[in-house]
Amino acid sequence: MAFLEINRLHKQYGNVEVLKGVDIAIEEGGFLVLVGPSGCGKSTLLNSIAGLESITSGEIAIDGKVVNDLHPSKRDIAMVFQSYALYPSMSVAENIAFGLEMRGVSKAEREEAIQGVAGMLQIEHLLKRRPGQLSGGQRQRVAMGRALVRDPKLFLFDEPLSNLDAKLRVDMRTEIKRLHQKLGTTIVYVTHDQIEAMTLATQIAVLKDGILQQVGSPDEVYSKPANMFVADFMGSPTMNLIEARIENGSGALSVEIPQRDRSLSLPVPRPPSSLQSYSGKSVVLGIRPEDITDPDGADPKAEHIAHANCSVEVVEPTGADTFVVTQLGGKEVTGRMRNAAGLSVGADVPFAFNMGKIHFFDPATEQRIA
Amino acid sequence: MSAASKDTALRTGVIARALIYAILLVFAVFYLLPLFVMLVNSVKPLEEIRQGNMLAFPELFTIEPWIQAWGEAQIGVQPTGLKPYFINSLVMVIPAVIISTLLGAINGYVLTKWQFPGHRIVFGLMLFSCFIPFQIVLIPMARILGMLDLAGTTYGLILVHVVYGLGFTTLFFRNYYDAFPTELIRAATIDGAGFFRIFQRILLPSSGPIIVVTVIWQFTNVWNDFLFGASFADFDSQPMTVALNNLVSSSTGVKEYNVHFAGAILAALPTLIVYIVSGRYFVRGLMAGAVKG
Ligand SMILES: Nc1ncnc2c1ncn2[C@@H]1O[C@H](COP(=O)(O)OP(=O)(O)O)[C@@H](O)[C@H]1O
Ligand SMILES: [Mg+2]
Repeated sequence: MAFLEINRLHKQYGNVEVLKGVDIAIEEGGFLVLVGPSGCGKSTLLNSIAGLESITSGEIAIDGKVVNDLHPSKRDIAMVFQSYALYPSMSVAENIAFGLEMRGVSKAEREEAIQGVAGMLQIEHLLKRRPGQLSGGQRQRVAMGRALVRDPKLFLFDEPLSNLDAKLRVDMRTEIKRLHQKLGTTIVYVTHDQIEAMTLATQIAVLKDGILQQVGSPDEVYSKPANMFVADFMGSPTMNLIEARIENGSGALSVEIPQRDRSLSLPVPRPPSSLQSYSGKSVVLGIRPEDITDPDGADPKAEHIAHANCSVEVVEPTGADTFVVTQLGGKEVTGRMRNAAGLSVGADVPFAFNMGKIHFFDPATEQRIA
Repeated sequence: MSAASKDTALRTGVIARALIYAILLVFAVFYLLPLFVMLVNSVKPLEEIRQGNMLAFPELFTIEPWIQAWGEAQIGVQPTGLKPYFINSLVMVIPAVIISTLLGAINGYVLTKWQFPGHRIVFGLMLFSCFIPFQIVLIPMARILGMLDLAGTTYGLILVHVVYGLGFTTLFFRNYYDAFPTELIRAATIDGAGFFRIFQRILLPSSGPIIVVTVIWQFTNVWNDFLFGASFADFDSQPMTVALNNLVSSSTGVKEYNVHFAGAILAALPTLIVYIVSGRYFVRGLMAGAVKG
């Protein structure tokens, strides 16, 4: 049995169903990131695990024990909130020790615990201050300290970094990852930022409108998105999703992308087994920007590179790479060029398509064609 | 060009400012005049008031009217002065204010952070109680006090004022706590604090401004109340306002205006002091928005 198990979880507010049967399992020591757009029910799910929201039906078990009817303080969890939720009238030290105090831990032990956590997070010099006198990053650290000091079985994080500026966010992300590696405690972490999800998670759960879209390792979710929503949500810039047709010419499948003058035909080297049945039908072709490159920049290990000339519409240098926008199948398609020299808007230039890394989706169900 | 326009701006600024101050001064005098009349005439002998001008400063300064009003004047049948009634008022006001403020705070806490089905209706009804005129509740209240055996006692008056003030105190605290971040309550819940512990450790320490507002509001209302005092109090529990009325309207002998003035100031003194001590928190508390975490 997994360490945290959620079975057929439903949650309703009045007549509105916010969570529509969620199933998740995570092993001990895992780092589960719940990711999804704003309003999809991530916080509701996290609060249900914490016991801060009652659930309509389903089962939540932590470490083999069903906690449905257990009070939040008895679930042996700690939570870090988006707003940090530091008690404004208490000092940093009192904030950190409040949970221990409520559990009747002696003053001497509390002092020791405060010192330990403060040392780990480098906030010793802040212990006497009030939350109002701290910067955003410092508050964030204190909020983490308050969670860490209790040494719980399970950490819950609700968008802990979303109120920080970009630089600090990256630093704290690294720090959270380091803490997880050091402590090995199971974490459930909510974010709407797919990069945070990719960097931190051992397991990613993608949520949309209260329905789980896919659960898997970051690599699985990225390289085998279960549907068009996941494909579009994970990755930046997002995956190109192009309407196309499957053609079956002399035994080999190819994908036809309608263009203004002539259609572009690309071979499909290793077609998924059920693609055969789509012969002559439309599909959605998914290809990530990093798999559309200049011929020189193509992955040297890739076995199936197809070349085609496309006209350049927009050039966006980012420093390391240059994103180039062209038109395919009536849609804007982004490629990632290593060498931007000689690219000019309007020019017809050769593009290399890594056909070993393409994805197909059913246009009606939006599900992956496997 | 820009310098010139700046100059005109400066000049019109000065004129407008002078005008504003002049108007403010007129209004200040207008509002202070009654207080001035009361003060001046409370330290004159009665002769002087009879003969002279109400606005004139005393020719012969005396504090005799104050001594009279406080300890010797005839109130009803007894020559006790206002002193015992002043004490009656204090004994009534202090518990009434403390109890209604505390209950209002707990109500506000429950109505915002421990919402139950129907909490809106409950709050609506409490709000409604703010708009019920005193006169309507007199007879039912008299019945209830009679049934509780509290008729004519200070306890009865305290109960009346607590019940009547609850609508307002709940309104104040509900609106204040509504802006209080719910995540703080959730954090404390996970930390293992219960209903009262969260109230006492998390909310109350952040409630200073609204407590001041509520205390001032309740203190002035309860202290200044005449109707409930006149309706429900016996001789030995009558508050200051009723006693002042009895002093002023006593029909025997000559009207001692100087004593009446002194008595009126004595009756107004506590609320005046409360305002002077904490008035600036009152404004600040009314303006207070969300508590920042
Ligand atoms: N107390 C509530 N009452 C009614 N609807 C709510 C309540 N809390 C959240 N919701 C709704 O549930 C949905 C999911 O909310 P939430 O879990 O906060 O989303 P997320 O954290 O993913 O942004 C939203 O549409 C929100 O409007
Ligand atoms: Mg949220």
